[in-house]
Amino acid sequence: MRATPIPEAMLEPIHDPLGSARDAIGAGRLAEKGLNVRHGTILTLEDINVSFDGFKALTNLNLYIGVGELRCIIGPNGAGKTTMMDVITGKTRPDNGSAYFGETLDLTRMSEVEIAQSGIGRKFQKPTVFEALSVFENLELAQKTNKSVWASLRAKLSGEQRERIDEVLETIRLEGSRERQAGLLSHGQKQFLEIGMLLVQDPQLLLLDEPVAGMTDAETEFTAELFKSLARKHSLMVVEHDMGFVGSIADHVTVLHQGSVLAEGSLNDVQADERVIEVYLGR
Amino acid sequence: MTMPLNQTLLARTSAKLGPRLSIAVGAVVLALLIALPLLHLTPADSAFHVNAYTLTLVGKILCYAIVALALDLVWGYAGLLSLGHGLFFALGGYAMGMYLMRQSAGDGLPAFMSFLAWKELPWYWVGTDHFIWALCLVVLAPGLLALVFGFFAFRSRIKGVYFSIMTQALTFAGMLLFFRNETGFGGNNGFTDFKRILGFDITAPATRAALFLATVILLVASLLLGWKLARSKFGRVLTALRDAENRLMFCGYDPRGYKLFIWVLSAVLCGLAGALYVPQVGIINPSEMSPTNSIEAAVWVALGGRGTLIGPLLGAGVVNGMKSWFTVAFPEYWLFALGALFILITLYLPHGIIGLLKRGEKQ
Repeated sequence: MRATPIPEAMLEPIHDPLGSARDAIGAGRLAEKGLNVRHGTILTLEDINVSFDGFKALTNLNLYIGVGELRCIIGPNGAGKTTMMDVITGKTRPDNGSAYFGETLDLTRMSEVEIAQSGIGRKFQKPTVFEALSVFENLELAQKTNKSVWASLRAKLSGEQRERIDEVLETIRLEGSRERQAGLLSHGQKQFLEIGMLLVQDPQLLLLDEPVAGMTDAETEFTAELFKSLARKHSLMVVEHDMGFVGSIADHVTVLHQGSVLAEGSLNDVQADERVIEVYLGR
Repeated sequence: MTMPLNQTLLARTSAKLGPRLSIAVGAVVLALLIALPLLHLTPADSAFHVNAYTLTLVGKILCYAIVALALDLVWGYAGLLSLGHGLFFALGGYAMGMYLMRQSAGDGLPAFMSFLAWKELPWYWVGTDHFIWALCLVVLAPGLLALVFGFFAFRSRIKGVYFSIMTQALTFAGMLLFFRNETGFGGNNGFTDFKRILGFDITAPATRAALFLATVILLVASLLLGWKLARSKFGRVLTALRDAENRLMFCGYDPRGYKLFIWVLSAVLCGLAGALYVPQVGIINPSEMSPTNSIEAAVWVALGGRGTLIGPLLGAGVVNGMKSWFTVAFPEYWLFALGALFILITLYLPHGIIGLLKRGEKQ
């Protein structure tokens, strides 16, 4: 798949380690109530270090994601992409450094569940859905609502919630498989179902780990459209190997290498960067 | 052209027949279970008389069926295989046994305490002469133990085989504790020689019939409760928890609360089953806590079909029926037969009897 040309306007700012990109969007007002995004940054990672038994997975990682931004993260295997997502979602605690969601929520002190409830959704590399439940039930469980034990015991779907699920079913093109057991879906359909589960969860920041792996070209194209329509309203961070896909969606690309940011900018710029070519593109 | 048409017609009728058939079978079984204690009340020379042995045997199996159902809730739905449910069952039984011992002893000390030359009741026996307090203990003893154990186990995210081993260790520890005379529960003899319950003679046909009916009621109530839970969003969250706990956490659910709720509920159901078991069978001793008993319960559930509610009841019935026959016919070989059964189910019947029935329906 060939990269679609990127509009001129999206090329700025180019390489920006200080992260003024967040100001470029400068749209704190777009975020929902409750989350303080005064400075237009929804995610701030500063000087993050993670090591596993002496192996440094992340070294002094700095990354800023602006409100409403669609950021792609690329990098060779072992560059620390998944570890970074683990740090953001609370699965891995960094050795040091700070991670903030909005201006006030310290992700290093929150549990995975608290982080998810505060509005960060994550799609795994391997599509993970609740296989024994139907497609509709998968979305029902993911939907944004009170998720305590008592609430679940007496939960009943309201008409509004049902409509929202139907709407998402249509968006992810699974309305025909509504009652189908999720375990019986094809790989691509599972990918979409998982994306749908993120949509009903209505997070402000979506982390997507290789969302188009195993999808057909048509599905990939459709996913690109979907993500572009999600940006602005949500902030997205997409880890992907498919350069065509990255080129078609990203206004901004970050290259990770050996646990820290190697380059940042438009896809064309980072692809032209000597160091990136050396470590990643292998030319 | 007529062939496929006929087939679809057949499929349709059998699909309609499916639930109706199971409802009919269920109704017949329930009617039989209600008739059984009533027939026990008929004169002994009547052709329809059901003797005390049969009634007690069926009552015992019903208690086991409740345990199987309780285990299915945690194993079949939440994916937590407990190999220590016998402990909760025995605790409920001991709580009821304390009351029965006090009833037999009247104002004096229970016989085994006099035998140990104890002068007064240990503090935890206080109030056990009241039936209501005994009932509270039946719920509280297994419930609190499950709450504390579950709280720490789930907080530390212990799951899978580690969880099973810990539950097994727990019931083993309980057994060793209750074997000691100093623990104050009759040592290895446990409690027996009960005489009265609520003032009624415990061996009288009417008492036996009432206890049996109470067991049937508890079984039906547990089944309805399990069915309601399984159909609620709570049940779906449990299933999700079993299959993809990480996904569920990233959806914003805290699995600990869900696990703890179903775990404690299951333990309390076991306790209640134990409390009905003791007056019917007439004895409770620490061997009820032996790990093999708890493993056997897992076999009932696996044989019947995990996550099906009805399956475990069938499994408990079939295995215990076989056991009653085996232990009379070939007493030495029962454990071998049980082991072979477990291996065969694992290899050939991953969905148990219910899975087999469903497959038959489809063909």
